[in-house]
Amino acid sequence: MKKLGTALATGVLALAPLSAIAADSSDPIVIPIHNWSSQIVMSNVVGQIFEEMGNSVEYVTTDSQAVYESVRLGDVTLELEVWEGAFGASFRAALEKGGIVDVGDHNAVTREDWWYPMWTKDACPGLPSWEALNDCAELFATAETGSKGRYLDGPVDWLKHGKERVEALGMDFEVINAGSAAALWAEIGAAEADKRPIVVFNWTPNFAEAVWPGEFVEFPVWVDGCDKDPAVGPNPTALYDCGNPADGYLKKAAWDGMEAKWPDAYGVLEKISFTNPQIAEMARLVDVDELEPDEAAAEWLEANEDVWKAWLN
Amino acid sequence: MAVLSTNSVPGEPKQYSSTQVGTWLALIALIMTGLQYAGMLPALLHRLPENWIPPFAIWLDAAFNFIRTDLGLQKLTRWFAEGPLQFMLDTTANLLYGKKRWPRFEQIPWSAIAASAAVLGYYLGGWRLAALAGGTFVWTALIGQWKDAMETMSVLVVAAPMAFIIGIGLGIAAWKYVWVDRAIKPILSILQTLPFFTYLLPAVIFFKVGPTAGAVATIIYAIPPMILMTTLGLKKVSPEVVEAGKMSGSTRWQMLRHVYIPAARTEILVGVNQVIMLCLAMVVLTAFIGMPGLGAKLLAMMGSFKLGRSFEIGVTIVLLAVTLDRLSKAWVVKLPEHHEKGTPWWKRHIYLLVGLAAFVFFTVLGQFVEWFAEIGRRQSFSQGKEIDTAIKSFLAFDIVKGTTEQIRYVLNVWVLNPFRDFLLSIPTFGFILFVVAGALALGGKRSGIYAAIFFGLVALTGWWDRSVITLYSVISAVTLAMIIGLPVGVFASRSEAWSRRVLLICDTAQTFPSFIYLIPAIMLFGITATSVVMSILIFAMVPLVRYTIEGLRNVPPEMTEAADMSGATKMQKLWSVQLPLALPTMAVGFNQAIMFAFFMVIIAAFIGTQDLGQELQKTLAGTDLGKNFVLGICVSLMALTFDMAIMTWAEGKKRMLGL
Repeated sequence: MKKLGTALATGVLALAPLSAIAADSSDPIVIPIHNWSSQIVMSNVVGQIFEEMGNSVEYVTTDSQAVYESVRLGDVTLELEVWEGAFGASFRAALEKGGIVDVGDHNAVTREDWWYPMWTKDACPGLPSWEALNDCAELFATAETGSKGRYLDGPVDWLKHGKERVEALGMDFEVINAGSAAALWAEIGAAEADKRPIVVFNWTPNFAEAVWPGEFVEFPVWVDGCDKDPAVGPNPTALYDCGNPADGYLKKAAWDGMEAKWPDAYGVLEKISFTNPQIAEMARLVDVDELEPDEAAAEWLEANEDVWKAWLN
Repeated sequence: MAVLSTNSVPGEPKQYSSTQVGTWLALIALIMTGLQYAGMLPALLHRLPENWIPPFAIWLDAAFNFIRTDLGLQKLTRWFAEGPLQFMLDTTANLLYGKKRWPRFEQIPWSAIAASAAVLGYYLGGWRLAALAGGTFVWTALIGQWKDAMETMSVLVVAAPMAFIIGIGLGIAAWKYVWVDRAIKPILSILQTLPFFTYLLPAVIFFKVGPTAGAVATIIYAIPPMILMTTLGLKKVSPEVVEAGKMSGSTRWQMLRHVYIPAARTEILVGVNQVIMLCLAMVVLTAFIGMPGLGAKLLAMMGSFKLGRSFEIGVTIVLLAVTLDRLSKAWVVKLPEHHEKGTPWWKRHIYLLVGLAAFVFFTVLGQFVEWFAEIGRRQSFSQGKEIDTAIKSFLAFDIVKGTTEQIRYVLNVWVLNPFRDFLLSIPTFGFILFVVAGALALGGKRSGIYAAIFFGLVALTGWWDRSVITLYSVISAVTLAMIIGLPVGVFASRSEAWSRRVLLICDTAQTFPSFIYLIPAIMLFGITATSVVMSILIFAMVPLVRYTIEGLRNVPPEMTEAADMSGATKMQKLWSVQLPLALPTMAVGFNQAIMFAFFMVIIAAFIGTQDLGQELQKTLAGTDLGKNFVLGICVSLMALTFDMAIMTWAEGKKRMLGL
């Protein structure tokens, strides 16, 4: 009975004419969902905002790299988390092919670099400097790497240039590529049991910060051109002799037909901007409080009305 | 070399037998490898020079674009995806989880589905099946996965029947017309060996990301066994039955409908069973292209290191698979019932009526008592966190850690890495010769020629090193799987009860989403070759054990009795009677193990590998369709080489043994 009631109520609401409805198409806006919590909750938050405006919304699970092709084709309407480091390459390739537009940045910075969980510092107190890390290289050795330390890099397709950096800075590390984010977590989880020192690729904002407190390794500060001009950075003959930029962008992207088809929703999308603490909070609701993503989104919206109501006008 | 000399194919022209040619080729290969070690082999023979490699990827890209836009294929497939297919998926989604789209049906309460499933189970197989079928759905609801499970089911209930209809149609066509059969066979072989990542992108481009692409990928994956089983069943229909049908003056359609298909019922239903199992096997992989439900949830859980909840999802998938499998198998065994004339209608359809009554009862109940309609996340009995803790504390035991460290060290440093380096050190040309020699010895001339062509093509694609690394993982895993799996199979085959138990474990291992093994494997063995091999090993062991049991249990009893009478000990009986007779069946299992290993090695890219799987993963961003296809074909060609040689050998052997 209750459900019939809500169904009726939403029906009435949908019919109640806000001036907005006239403009936006009644076709569903398709929002892609990937496999990390902040993106899933953020997608639900934005979806519920769109629904509030009278639009219909559908979610579809996709691979986070393959999604750019789908946005280009218009099968998926938008993408809320374009990370500079992880997806910048795919995004730029899609921009070149056409069909996708850049809808601006979130007010958040992303950082991706070598990272260690706090217990590592007990064994190697000189951290977070990279020179200190290099001096403790042997602590990170495994059966396969011999006396060299092992650095666990992200999947090759994230193009993190770990190997190049190790060579450019003359470090005693061997770079092993994990195949997926899940593989990285599994390694950290295994190291946690006996507090084994470990250095892996990690990024922020991310659920892992809440589970395993840790720090990024401080490499020579990023200077523009470090990836293109050997002269830049401490090693005059090598590329990638700097850390990654500590303030990468987090963008929104959309299908280039969205503005014409759902002008109001597009207008809101342009204004939408989440900050690092807000993103972390969204991830926390799912990862720590164990809510389902749609419940987490509803909760977040309720707690932050002043934030998102401002975008609607 | 032992394998090479034991086999001589009878009836081959006398001049040079395949074995002799094979031995010569192997010898040449050996000399080449020796020369390479001595540093005297020209670089040209070691690896193909870069500029000899034709740009397959670019050609394929062009061909793909031509088909896609110039021929307008994309328009057609898009029409299908957005029209009829979308409509069907929307309807089932409406019914199962109340998706808000036209035709806007209300969701069916979980209790109604569980009750009807239990009645169906009782009808097909008594109380045990009733408990299994009903229990599965109750578990799904109580654990808080109802909505996810129904999202998955909403696609499968469209995909499985479509796979069935297309499969049976093509199967009939292949049986009726030889040319269809000839055209279809190679396509099926390629489809069955092509890595999943290869048809992921085309599915997205042609059928739109979302449930539609998920459904299409599932259908394509599930069709081949349906076609093969249909053809097989129809070919076996006995001429007497056909004669009887003709004498009663049936038309061609009547012959098919009332004579052939009922007579081939068993095989067709085995096909149905395979379709269902393969559909469930795709639940997680299709989540990459928009399949909603359990698979997507599983990937999200793994992304945030929630082992417990991933595990629970795995259990749900296994339960669904086992339920559907047992129900469909019970349906195979259950013969049509014949009622006496004059039995009232309600008596003939008693189960249907009871099922309907239960369905209506719970649907109405669900309207009044919310709990019977929907169980929310907060009311569920999920033990995710507790399982997390249990898994982590198990892995932290010193004894577990100590053992796995040892295994990891020995395997990686002493076995796997040296073996890989050795395989990589063999010159390309020599490697191909070795493979051809093996294929010649096993499967004769035809297999040898195909091996040469297939591996030659792999070399020409320019992905040789990565192909060799892929092959190395497969060989290592299958070898280990044999060392463990064969004794298990032999042991289990000794008693009916153990056979059943072990086969149930096999079913579970096969349908338990492979992604879930990856995490414990990494936690135990790190991101190393050992983890990769271990996760393939679990999967590859299933067919080995299954076919060993099957082969040994189906040894004709006259043979074992004869052995008993002549006073053979248990060991003698096993080695000289049972194993030789079971060998052809076991070879089929061995072959499947290799196929499974080729499937799993690509998924192991998620651990971190340096093989073709890793490159395939890179192409997911969707810009390199041609490269994606080339890589997929490499895997397929290598798998097919093994498939052909082993299957030819097994068939020849079977004929010789008169089985």
